[in-house]
Amino acid sequence: MKSKSANTIALKTLVYIILLIMAALMIIPFLWMLSASIKTDAEVFRMNPFVWIPKNPRWSNYSEIWTKIPFGRFVGNTVFLTIIVTCLQLLTSSFAAYAFAKLEFKHKNILFMGYLSTIAMPWQVYMVPQFIMMRKMGLNDKLLAIICLQAFSAFGVFMMKQFYEGIPSSLCEAARIDGMSEYKIYTNIMIPLSKPALSTLTIFTFVNTWNDYLGPLIYLKSQEKKTIQLGLKMFIGQYSSDYGLIMAGSVLSLIPVIIVFLILQKYFVEGVASTGIKG
Amino acid sequence: MEKITAANVESFQNELTSLIEKIHTESNPKQKMKYLKRIDKIQRSISAYRSKSKLSRETKRDLIAYSFIAPNFIGFCVFTLIPIVFAFALAFLSWDGSNPIEWAGLKNFKSLFKDKFFIAALKNTIIYCVGTVPLTMIVSLGLAILLNHKVLGRGLFRTLAFFPYVASLVAITSVWKMLFHPSKGPINNLLFNVFNVQQENLPQWFTGSLVLLSMIMFSVWKYMGYYMVIYLAGLQGVNGELYEAAALDGAGTWAKFKYVTWPQLSSTTFFVIVMLTINCFKVYDIAIMLAAGGNGELTLNSTVLVYYIYQKAFIEWKLGYSSAVAMVLFVLVLGVTLIQFWGQKKYQEG
Repeated sequence: MKSKSANTIALKTLVYIILLIMAALMIIPFLWMLSASIKTDAEVFRMNPFVWIPKNPRWSNYSEIWTKIPFGRFVGNTVFLTIIVTCLQLLTSSFAAYAFAKLEFKHKNILFMGYLSTIAMPWQVYMVPQFIMMRKMGLNDKLLAIICLQAFSAFGVFMMKQFYEGIPSSLCEAARIDGMSEYKIYTNIMIPLSKPALSTLTIFTFVNTWNDYLGPLIYLKSQEKKTIQLGLKMFIGQYSSDYGLIMAGSVLSLIPVIIVFLILQKYFVEGVASTGIKG
Repeated sequence: MEKITAANVESFQNELTSLIEKIHTESNPKQKMKYLKRIDKIQRSISAYRSKSKLSRETKRDLIAYSFIAPNFIGFCVFTLIPIVFAFALAFLSWDGSNPIEWAGLKNFKSLFKDKFFIAALKNTIIYCVGTVPLTMIVSLGLAILLNHKVLGRGLFRTLAFFPYVASLVAITSVWKMLFHPSKGPINNLLFNVFNVQQENLPQWFTGSLVLLSMIMFSVWKYMGYYMVIYLAGLQGVNGELYEAAALDGAGTWAKFKYVTWPQLSSTTFFVIVMLTINCFKVYDIAIMLAAGGNGELTLNSTVLVYYIYQKAFIEWKLGYSSAVAMVLFVLVLGVTLIQFWGQKKYQEG
């Protein structure tokens, strides 16, 4: 008996050691980023002795980045794009998903097949013809192009539909008998129930749009249209050895995504479990 | 035929009942005939009205449903479906985006396989996949199983594991490039000072033959948190009684994993493998940010399919050729999806 409990303690300790090492691996690059962002370029790589917080923290890195490149402009563009895309995505895909999950209508299966057939189609396969088309429509070098590109995904519709199918249809039937219109049912019954799915979709869309690189690289050519990712990449190209500044810019570019993630994460595991993206 | 509307349908129905009563009491055959004709006429009008209203009710139902779908579907059609069709056509054409389009047939595909940059891109993409997919799967499954126990700080760990996933590539790759800097970075510093690796033998992580390894390591680090959450969701669906039954049979930790956890997670594993493989085939940003030189170009050692699509289309404006490369990417992804589809079906049947 004694040896068994000793065994469990040993096992527990091992589990904690592994988890601690993994946690350290995950967090060290971020700590390094924070630490380097308040160092001078010479201090960044000084190993003996290595200090996490320098004696004289260079907070000026955080103010300098806004003047060396039009960082404010980049942040503004990215915030604008991300908010519009996330709202459109949530609204249109939950709307369409409601019809696919809870309504009967003509051509339902064919329409849904249209979505389903593209779900495994990487955007990279059709990004070239899409660009040609958008250029014809006069959307080249316009922020609107990125909105059109990101806002109507099959993934969103698919995910929300999976979730709605888990909500009992009898709820909608009862509301229909009470004379509620479909729009009322959607806003008053479905939306309040779909917090986990909406939060999950928000995280995905927000993170994807905020961090997208290839899309903006193809479409946004002029300096004042650039997003934060393009801007940061450009900065790294121009000032490749200004390590402190690069890290300060990087920290700033991470803050919004981390905040959104922390606010919505409590729904996230539930959302992943109930929307069927776990398969 | 009189026009029947929702407003006067009741008065017609009343007339009908009174006519039926009259017909029973009427003795004059001629008058009776007249009543019958009138009854027939009204009945036909009413049934016509009914079927019409049923039809319009269906149309109304369809219209409501379409109004739900339209905002997304129109955008989806214009910006996704049409370009996809266009992409398939483009692979068989020769076009530079401005001059007239020419028919190329299979020419694009034929020259692909003589193109050493394409072969290198295909090879690197596949090596990257073969390295990243199993490693990420094993690490994320392992973490999920550890985290599924009652451990302190579980929520905190789950949150931390997600940081690499949400962090932007530009920011986090620049940290990696500093950590793995060939002459100044702490990793090589450690190898030099602690493990006594000779200065000239210190690994050049982002050039030459180690590039793909660095990309694989980075991807495992970045994506394990996400797949861990998916596995955690899968583990929540495993019936706890199965473990108790296994414990009664004297199963140890490994046997429990082999006979309970692993089979119960099969559908999650299928999903994880497919998502991972598709994401690996699409790799572009990671290669560009970790491996590109000062000119932003990739070499034979580090080039990947999507980089080649981009290069051919937006730098050289060989749109048909670029689309042919895109078709290869599509076939790879389709293949993986189909294998998953059949595999899962077979597994569930067997």
